[in-house]
Amino acid sequence: METVLISVLNGLVYGMLLFMLASGLTLIFSMMGVLNFAHASIYMVGAYLAFTISQVLGFFPALIIAPVLCGLIGAGIEIWGLRRVHHNGHIAELLFTFGLVFIIQRLVQMTWGMLPMAYRVPPLLDFPLFHLYGVNFPAYRGFMLLVSGAMLLSTWVLLKKTRVGLIIQAALTHPQMVSSLGHNVPQVFTTVFAGGCLLAGLAGVIGGNYQTTEPGMADSMGPIVFVVVVFGGLGSLAGCFVASIVMGMIQTFAVVVDYSVADLLRPLGLAISGDTLLTEVLTVPVARIGALLPFVMMVTILFFRPRGLMGTRDA
Amino acid sequence: MARFEAFGGNMRSLFRRACFAFVALLMGAAIRPALAQDTIKVAYVDPFSGPFASGGDEFLKVFAYILQKVNADGGALGKKFELVPFDDKLQPSEALIALKSVTDQNIPFVMQCTGSNVGSALLDGVSKYNARNPDNRILYLNCGALATELTNELCDFWQFRFTGNVEMRAAARVKALPKDVTKVYLLNQDYLFGQSIQHDTKKWLAKLRPDIQIVGDELMPFGKVQDFSPYIQKIKASGAQSVITGNYNRDLNLLIKAAVDDGLNVRFDTFLAHLIGGPTAIGSAGEGRLFSVTEFDPNVPAELNKPEAEAFSNGWRATHDTDFSEIPFLTMFQMLARAIDKAGSTDALKVALALEGMKGTDLVGAPVEMRKEDHQLLMPYYAVSFTKNVKYDAEKTGLGWKTDFIATTEELTLPTVCKMKRPAS
Repeated sequence: METVLISVLNGLVYGMLLFMLASGLTLIFSMMGVLNFAHASIYMVGAYLAFTISQVLGFFPALIIAPVLCGLIGAGIEIWGLRRVHHNGHIAELLFTFGLVFIIQRLVQMTWGMLPMAYRVPPLLDFPLFHLYGVNFPAYRGFMLLVSGAMLLSTWVLLKKTRVGLIIQAALTHPQMVSSLGHNVPQVFTTVFAGGCLLAGLAGVIGGNYQTTEPGMADSMGPIVFVVVVFGGLGSLAGCFVASIVMGMIQTFAVVVDYSVADLLRPLGLAISGDTLLTEVLTVPVARIGALLPFVMMVTILFFRPRGLMGTRDA
Repeated sequence: MARFEAFGGNMRSLFRRACFAFVALLMGAAIRPALAQDTIKVAYVDPFSGPFASGGDEFLKVFAYILQKVNADGGALGKKFELVPFDDKLQPSEALIALKSVTDQNIPFVMQCTGSNVGSALLDGVSKYNARNPDNRILYLNCGALATELTNELCDFWQFRFTGNVEMRAAARVKALPKDVTKVYLLNQDYLFGQSIQHDTKKWLAKLRPDIQIVGDELMPFGKVQDFSPYIQKIKASGAQSVITGNYNRDLNLLIKAAVDDGLNVRFDTFLAHLIGGPTAIGSAGEGRLFSVTEFDPNVPAELNKPEAEAFSNGWRATHDTDFSEIPFLTMFQMLARAIDKAGSTDALKVALALEGMKGTDLVGAPVEMRKEDHQLLMPYYAVSFTKNVKYDAEKTGLGWKTDFIATTEELTLPTVCKMKRPAS
């Protein structure tokens, strides 16, 4: 029981971090049709900027400044990069962001070096929030939940309750109509792209010291974020939220499960032994392949429901 | 294209000028080798791009520092050593392409320090090349492909390994475990290296410490785990006193971070916590709970009272933020220089025969030997703990490595099953 409760909490923290990254990506994708490969790179830049800023000004100013800088970088990428390749079609945009991944990676390595940064949790938040069956729940994870919860709420209010949100939503589905009504659709695009990058930067600030800030962090986060977006359904924030939490939970719980397919078959009277072709596949415990499960789930959902959990259009 | 035209002639002439500059640069680079003096070239194949670039990048600096000393000491045959780096991106296929360039350029030595998958590909490639080109053979100097098999089942005459293999490290690791540890948890990465750590650790635990109970034995996906808290819970539930792990880089840093966050109080008996970047990423979280087995660390000379070695290590510290711990790299070049002098040429076969069975001492005076049977360097290992009470801290973290136990060269002279095919001549 105690394992379940702790795992739920940890899964929630990780899921919310994923959501911060994935929500920006899904917004950008649904609006512009661009699968922004460089999204996780912005996450990395956010972490590095936060590290540098927090050394000068402290962690809390960094929490504000670094995401804003990432938003500005995003706006720059949209205005001077994506908009130019836009008329060459989606493939060009895709390749453009794909190239950006390597450029940003290299720039980060050249600026900050190849080694991990000593980006640490601020002392103010470095204490156990509460004990649960002898296991600490660190205050910083509580803070992460708080920040991501606040972000979820404000994004929701912005998109559903304000005029800006109305225009963004309209531009999502009917860009020509919105343009005819006198709104500057390219500017809306820029805003959304910058907003998405801002969220990725924010995720970087709080994820950089929760994990480690190093040049490989974009590579390790990138694929899983795509899985979340595809699984949740392209263009659906709610689906993205559900998918993030599900992925967070799966990755956390999978590690705790020591059973394999063979163990499931045993009560049915099927014992697997010896060295057949399938022995390895059937007897490997779930814990050992836990990190693979999200990808299995993505493949499965593309098979049976190509538009994802709550998507409005096909992948 | 239309946009490009819009810039008109100005842009085009700028472009043309840039092209000329580039060509001029290339020509300059082509002329340079002709001006350089005659050197002994050593090809160095390692990752210089991609996720493992930090290692190759650092090693390159270390070799530059080591070669300063080796060349100042006279090099070999009165010539200086020169390193020629090739990027393998930690891919065996890329390493074989690099090997092709090495042989095309007639470089007699190829050296590689990261990854057993790359190492076994190079071993095989060099062996085949030498069989086909008996007049132009090369030597493979292995300075970091650790899989035990490379000097056992897979051993080859043309390979010389100048670093301890996994089994030597595992033996040192198990020997260094304190007597009061009776329950251990094995957590390793699910690929060749992690599995061989797992296998050899179990073998030596059974041999030396039958009192120790293995309460957990787990393989985790390599570099894929984002959140280690569930592992921490499992370790906690198992009642282990120590986690023995071959994890490194991110997989180790996140593990220890999660352990500290969740209040898990156990020893982490690692193999590679001292790897570059490790102390920075782990920081004070590792104090008193982090242990490793090293080939050398900056405190070894001070502890053993070897001023010459201390000065060499300090020379590195003065200009770098990292630590000098690659003593076998120095031993390798010193032995290679002696072998070339003894052979009187850089001919691969002559140098190989000179290297075989060569005895010597390393920088701190410990005995080392290149064993003839399997071409494995016999050398000592230092079991260290991460603490504040040291003369030299690691990577400017305020904490450093203190030697708790030395596994001597003699203790780590382990049997080999190598049956080497020796060249006829």
